[in-house]
Amino acid sequence: MSEAPLLSGWGRIFGVGRSVSAPDLEKASGEAVLFRGLGRSYGDSALPPPSEPVVVSTVLADRIRFFDRVTGLFRAEAGLALCEINRLFLREGWFVPVTPGTQFVTLGGMVAADVHGKNHHVDGCFGDHVESLKLCVADGRIVECSMENEPELFCATIGGMGLTGHILEVTFRLGRIPTPWIWQETRRIDGIEDFVGALTSAASEWPFTVGWIDCLARGRALGRGILTCGRWASANEAPSHPPPLLRSVGVPFVFPHGVLNRWVVRGFNAAYYRFQGSRPRRGIVHPEKFFYPLDSVREWNRIYGPRGFTQYQCVLPKPGDLAHTREFFGLLTRFRAAPFLCVLKDCGPEGRGMISFPMPGISIALDIPVRPETRALVDTLNEFVIAAGGRIYLCKDSFTRPEHFRAMEPRLESWLAVRRKWNPEGRIRSAQSVRLFGDKP
Amino acid sequence: MSYVVLGATQGIGQALARLVSSRGDALFLLGRNLESLALCAQDLEARSGHPVAGTALCDLRDPDGFSSALDQAQAALGGLEAVIVTAGVFHVQDVLEDDPALVQDLLTIDFTNTVLFCEEVRRRLLAAGGGTLCVFSSVAGDRGRKPVILYGAAKAGLAHYLEGLDHKFRSHGLVTVCVKPGFVKTGMTAALKPPPFAGEPEVVARGVLRAIDAGKPLVYVPGIWRQVMWVIRRLPRFVMRRIGF
Repeated sequence: MSEAPLLSGWGRIFGVGRSVSAPDLEKASGEAVLFRGLGRSYGDSALPPPSEPVVVSTVLADRIRFFDRVTGLFRAEAGLALCEINRLFLREGWFVPVTPGTQFVTLGGMVAADVHGKNHHVDGCFGDHVESLKLCVADGRIVECSMENEPELFCATIGGMGLTGHILEVTFRLGRIPTPWIWQETRRIDGIEDFVGALTSAASEWPFTVGWIDCLARGRALGRGILTCGRWASANEAPSHPPPLLRSVGVPFVFPHGVLNRWVVRGFNAAYYRFQGSRPRRGIVHPEKFFYPLDSVREWNRIYGPRGFTQYQCVLPKPGDLAHTREFFGLLTRFRAAPFLCVLKDCGPEGRGMISFPMPGISIALDIPVRPETRALVDTLNEFVIAAGGRIYLCKDSFTRPEHFRAMEPRLESWLAVRRKWNPEGRIRSAQSVRLFGDKP
Repeated sequence: MSYVVLGATQGIGQALARLVSSRGDALFLLGRNLESLALCAQDLEARSGHPVAGTALCDLRDPDGFSSALDQAQAALGGLEAVIVTAGVFHVQDVLEDDPALVQDLLTIDFTNTVLFCEEVRRRLLAAGGGTLCVFSSVAGDRGRKPVILYGAAKAGLAHYLEGLDHKFRSHGLVTVCVKPGFVKTGMTAALKPPPFAGEPEVVARGVLRAIDAGKPLVYVPGIWRQVMWVIRRLPRFVMRRIGF
């Protein structure tokens, strides 16, 4: 082949690598260095190490092993996509206990990144609801782990970015929902102080909360945005028909660099903010529009142009999250960083995952187009997060330095020790583990 | 309606079986690996909420087993209505050219034994007064092309056979549906680089089921491949000799 094949995460920062689909995961796991699901991690988590540039794609392994329609107990192969679970069971009245902001993820990916959603403050991460995992560890053994059997491996695998063993099957419980519709309330928030307060007080009333912030507003408008709260609609609120299947539109090509610039985004943000109106809006919404607003545009990552983008997501811990959040946005403004999308969430207690991301506090996620100064920006933000006692989310990261990650993650050594036990030579590894944990390139 | 599917454990066959069972139709699965059949049956049951009618071993390498496999299907479903054959093997041309045993295997499975299986089904369906036989040929059979000479030859023969059945037996109630998939992203093509117009198995399965419901004798899936192959069939030889497609 004349040109080296390229592979990227959702942020479209490409590295050498290719993906090979395997319908039989157990057979493929013997040789594989890394499994990859639907490639929605933003950075290099699902990219292979440079010396062995092949990842095994799990998406063809999507068989459901069983589903008990009484208890909700559900077991499936790691490649089953969340969108398929929703298509099959949402209208029957079943939903995953925790969903991330896109449904184009696999079960294996949801465990590896220990995803969280708008309900983290009440329900924790997806991994907190997993009953057991079937893994193929580095020496080829198949291990069924849970809180009872090999709990250490189980907790190191939840949020372990696929580095402790290849995830073959996932068992968890689907939850009963009263109707497949969402009752939503949105309201405008005028500044960052109010925002943190509003998120915290909404947390006690609503199972789902999320904040969108206009990062390009300055001065007194700094931190203005929209708070969205939701819950499953009750039978007398919801329409009698099931939510229709939604159409999506695609982005047909990679936008030229700079189309999505500060002025365009500022205009969009201002319009979006004003469209909300000054009074709260309440009503029934389609569950997919509520949970997955960006899924309606396929390949939206192309709008960031040929250089791609990174998502910076950190959590700033309680107590002191309000002061930290204010400083964090001040820092962004000083850097003239232009994050195009900014999402605020309220995090509850840590769960089982040994190095899972959430901790009690405020989580901030920013989409940042890659520029020459992006690395310096990430360094500065990381130093701030370390000083605040927070941490970053591995499945979003492309630029963090290993010493920074070590400094923000006191749990790293104990996780690495478990990983060494099950993956002694570091055969199972990723471009990210090479970058952050010093694995063999 | 009831369906027998040979090849439901993978790829388009799997997508078709999922679609059929989601409509509530009865389903009997044939395949060459009992474990895969059981996994497939569990998957279908979990998705649709009702169990498949049954499974039985049936290997295209072993024509002696066809009759008993179809007996079991017939008994479980209380008669045959529609039989779908998606099973087959694929190897790239370069590998086949250096391995006569592999060529024999491919030609036997994709042509000879598939036809023998269809003959067994034809006799049974005609005896019952009619029914549908849906078999997967390929766009590879539409023109002798460099990357798929042997595979294409087997699939061309199969399409020819199905066309003949349609001409002779449609008036007797036997509906044949010859499916010509273009490139579809499945385990069979996992090692190949997807060309433009590559299809997803679920989309292809929907197209196939529409053709079965309508009793169309020939269907290209995804539909764009009908136009693509129309052009390719008309390319002059000197062009076909030069291009690698």
